Amino acid sequence: MSVTEKMTSPEAVLERENLAYLGDAKGKSEGEWTPKIVAFCCNWCSYAGADLAGNNRASYPAEIKIIRVPCSGRVNPLFILRAFQKGADGVILCGCHPGDCHYMTGNYYTRRRMALLFSMLDYLGVEKGRTRVEWVSASEGAKFAATMNEFAEKIRSLGRNVRLEDIRCRN
Amino acid sequence: MQELINRAKELLADGTVARVLGWKKGDFVYNPEPHIFTSAEELEKDFVYDGFCGANLSKYMIRASKMEGKTLVFLKPCDTFSFNQLIKEHQVVREQAYIIGVGCKGKLDHRKFQEMGLGDIESITGINLMDECDVAKVTTIYGDKKEVPFADVMLERCHFCKTKDHQIFDEKMLGSKETTDTEGDRFDEVRRIQAMSPEERFAYFRSELSKCIRCNACRNVCPACNCLHCVFDNTNYDTAQKANADSFEENMFHIIRAYHVAGRCTDCGECSRVCPQSIPLHLLNRKFILDMDELYGEFQAGSDTETPGPLTAFTMEDPEAGAGLERSRG
Amino acid sequence: MQRIGVFVCHCGSNIAATVDVAAVAEAAKSQPGVVFATDYTYMCSENGQNLIADSIKEYGLTAVVVCSCSPRMHEATFRKVADKAGLNPYMVEIANIREQCSWVHKDTEIGTPKAISLMKTAVAKVNLNTPLQEGESKVTKRALIIGGGIAGIQTALDIADAGYKVDIVEKTPSIGGRMSQLDKTFPTLDCSSCILTPKMTEVAQHENITLYTYSEVESVSGYVGDFTVEIRRKARYVHEDICTGCGLCMTKCPSKKAKNEFNRGLNTRTAIYTPFAQAIPNVPVIDTEACIHFRTGKCGICAKNCAVQAIDYEQKDEIITEKYGAIVVATGFDLIDLKPFGEYAYNLSPDVVSSLELERILNAAGPTSGHLQRMSDHRQPKEMVFIQCVGSRCEDDRRGKPYCSKICCMYTAKQAMLIKDHYPDVNIHVFYIDVRTPGKAFDEFYRRAVEDYGVDYIKGQVGKVTPQADGTLLVHGVDMLDQKVVEINADMVVLAAAVEPNPDIRKLATMLTLSIDNNNFLNEAHPKLRPVEAATAGVFMSGVVQGPRDIPETVAQAGAAAIKVVGLLAKDKLKTNPCVAQSDELYCNGCSVCQNVCPYGAISYTEKEVRDHGVRDTRRIAQVNPALCKGCGACSVACPSGAMNLKGFSNRQIMAEVDTVLCQ
Repeated sequence: MSVTEKMTSPEAVLERENLAYLGDAKGKSEGEWTPKIVAFCCNWCSYAGADLAGNNRASYPAEIKIIRVPCSGRVNPLFILRAFQKGADGVILCGCHPGDCHYMTGNYYTRRRMALLFSMLDYLGVEKGRTRVEWVSASEGAKFAATMNEFAEKIRSLGRNVRLEDIRCRN
Repeated sequence: MQELINRAKELLADGTVARVLGWKKGDFVYNPEPHIFTSAEELEKDFVYDGFCGANLSKYMIRASKMEGKTLVFLKPCDTFSFNQLIKEHQVVREQAYIIGVGCKGKLDHRKFQEMGLGDIESITGINLMDECDVAKVTTIYGDKKEVPFADVMLERCHFCKTKDHQIFDEKMLGSKETTDTEGDRFDEVRRIQAMSPEERFAYFRSELSKCIRCNACRNVCPACNCLHCVFDNTNYDTAQKANADSFEENMFHIIRAYHVAGRCTDCGECSRVCPQSIPLHLLNRKFILDMDELYGEFQAGSDTETPGPLTAFTMEDPEAGAGLERSRG
Repeated sequence: MQRIGVFVCHCGSNIAATVDVAAVAEAAKSQPGVVFATDYTYMCSENGQNLIADSIKEYGLTAVVVCSCSPRMHEATFRKVADKAGLNPYMVEIANIREQCSWVHKDTEIGTPKAISLMKTAVAKVNLNTPLQEGESKVTKRALIIGGGIAGIQTALDIADAGYKVDIVEKTPSIGGRMSQLDKTFPTLDCSSCILTPKMTEVAQHENITLYTYSEVESVSGYVGDFTVEIRRKARYVHEDICTGCGLCMTKCPSKKAKNEFNRGLNTRTAIYTPFAQAIPNVPVIDTEACIHFRTGKCGICAKNCAVQAIDYEQKDEIITEKYGAIVVATGFDLIDLKPFGEYAYNLSPDVVSSLELERILNAAGPTSGHLQRMSDHRQPKEMVFIQCVGSRCEDDRRGKPYCSKICCMYTAKQAMLIKDHYPDVNIHVFYIDVRTPGKAFDEFYRRAVEDYGVDYIKGQVGKVTPQADGTLLVHGVDMLDQKVVEINADMVVLAAAVEPNPDIRKLATMLTLSIDNNNFLNEAHPKLRPVEAATAGVFMSGVVQGPRDIPETVAQAGAAAIKVVGLLAKDKLKTNPCVAQSDELYCNGCSVCQNVCPYGAISYTEKEVRDHGVRDTRRIAQVNPALCKGCGACSVACPSGAMNLKGFSNRQIMAEVDTVLCQ
């Protein structure tokens, strides 16, 4: 029997499985809610791009928290899932432009890894706007700020992440 | 089947091999189990090869490779992909194995019998390779007799059989039979899920994955899951988790498990076969396979022992991360 | 648990204006492990540095967090402070509360909580820091140059002049390379041999240079400062140390029909030969395929005639092993195969020649003794057609190359002028896509060809060259400026074939773990900022192996590569980056996935007995060479079990940062 034949309505499926408390994104985004966004930035290009955004006083929302990694290729899918588990509403990964990687090939691997991971998250029903890879060079401070503003806006429109969150981490 | 036993006895007797890795009769007709035989008597008494021998023996060669002397291993055509992949990953030693490629006429799924109310099989005919196998004749312990079309009780993977050609072997025995469905392909189900709305996809996988009891059967049986210690048992990583405490953990486990075997998974389907909760885990693996085929060109893990998998290779023109997502709804 | 000190910098008002620095310091005090926290106007000032150093001693700090500007700015400064105060420098973490907080947020309402969050994240990370030690590795003060063309020669001379030993490995019997095949050089028209030969002699006579000609690199192991290289010295059948170079053997050799590679096959040579008269070393080799003695066991005339008994038919290949601190790859180029370009009739007529063949024809030591003549009937041509971009800027990757070969426009102008100088009655037509002449005195040079010498430049491409019954070549082309079809009855056609890296580079790239691009050119460590270094530490590149270039550019790059080598060899010890990958032998199952993604060849495997929960097991285990690892971490993500980790950015550290960023 195919999947679609089994499927009645998503609500009914969750109800049947006693999981109805999930999926109710709107209820949980009522009241005071600021999104939590993690930005992994490679040390050589994107972190420097973020520094340049600072030098130019190009602002972006404070909910964006940068974690410095040597290379975008250092970002393990586990880190991204961990972020969602701990309540991140969006995760963005920034690295050097393809061809410019400080370590030559790191971002090429990243590109494949993240293409597959994001597609899988989408497949599992996580809104695809919650994940993003952006190439930001050390000279692209303006692009860094613009990307972060745009991403934060997108996450606000998607609301709270309830599909991958571990509710024990809720605060 | 007797010819397999005879050949195994010969190879044991002339010292070519020190042991035989095969399938042993189970408590019931439908649950034979992988076993290492060391004597002719044992082989005569317990060796079995029939329609319920779906188990892929490749992974057991990891341990057997470290034993003294060669091990005779019986591999079905699809099992040989796993064996090749294990050679590529330096987990098995080719020279330590004497591979008899056994023919395959499709393997049976006990779960399908259960769904028909025929789970408690006492005896079954028509499943031995020597027989005509279009119809399986089942007798239950309650005395019910029924004839069911073979295709209706076949394992899902056999409907989309990769090949009847062994990828690696020392000798071949017994014939094979074409079992592939004439319509559709192995990705149909994945495409159907992709076509759903995100809410439906979420609900579907939540309902499936929430059944997970973290018994680790999928991990234990998977030939690609050959880490000595799983990252989910790694105390240096802060990811160790023994049980599902909350909704997220089975997600995390299964996403990462599928991701870790991506590009290495031969799509042998053992994970779904052994899952006691009947979670269609192969749908996660196939999603990655479909994506990799579409984004980076078709690749079959284990078709040889050298070609790097898609996650250990790249081209400068690869599509950007997220590029494939435009096709998806939501 | 660590004893952590947190130091919050005001950066004047840069931080303090939008972050309540005192509140950040106060919040730090309640963080796990923090035993001291304070704020100060300028943490990077001498007073600020002293404050940190004194606190380390006073409070017995085991770790330090500085909340200040970007770590790209002052991480090194604060690490030095820690080091001086007796704390391992890698126990310092920076919370970037300036560039990524106070400068991008407008008021303290937002800035302060964000700064506190960044501080907490840094504290969470530093809690898991471990002291790291910079390693040391030795430097063998000897360099290897692979390739003895002008690139290799110049690099070797520059390094040798600086006082270091250099070995050159050259595949052919003589150094000199492509430049030795050229007649004159642009844009000065000085004779190629006249400027190259003195350099070749200098190499031969230099006390610091050892030449291995007729030799190839067999294997390379080791790493920067300490490479071990096996060199195969192919049997010459002539003892280099005995031969006087009198040349009598070559005069007497009865086998005279071997293809002369140096003259691009335009004539023949003897079986025992030196490629050209000025060869260095001036010692012949025996071509065993052409030699009568090797084919039949008879003859032996060369041996009989050799006054010093230098000839030894029993000589065998010899493998020598040598240690080097640095390696320079200068394997140069060849022209692409012209056979697939059937439309230009290269296969059909000997009067269609490549540009390098024309160089040999124009050269006084060449097959025609420098007389311009058709190879078919030795007539002097009257009409000549040059076709540019044969295989360059070509979309068809089965026969051509996408790139511009860079040198063809200039050497075509040169060849046209040389011909016009000696044979003013020859009409020369050049079909081109664009004429590219960037370079000192290049455009002037090209304009001289057009304006002073009357070379007929036709913008357009040639569709077909058809050999005629009368021996001429009918060239069908298009003049794009006049928008008409052009037909020229030419006596000779010259093809400016694309250059391509010497095919040997693929094998060499594997040995040296170098990355090569789609066209087999070597990739630099950074295309702009590290143009002569390969990504593999201790390996450098010189000449066309990196991309098409002319002689002056090659010589300049050779000097650049040499100074990089000298800079390396001048050190007695190399400090190694301690933030490198490390494999946990209990978790590693030797699957090789980490090795597959490592761009530096830093990972190897060893069979090792480990005790896992009391069980002895011999396992294949990954080992990271800290001298080669650059700390990118690609391996740590490829590793499924988490056996591979990166010091300074460990899995647990990053996880702790993720957790702290989100759960607070």
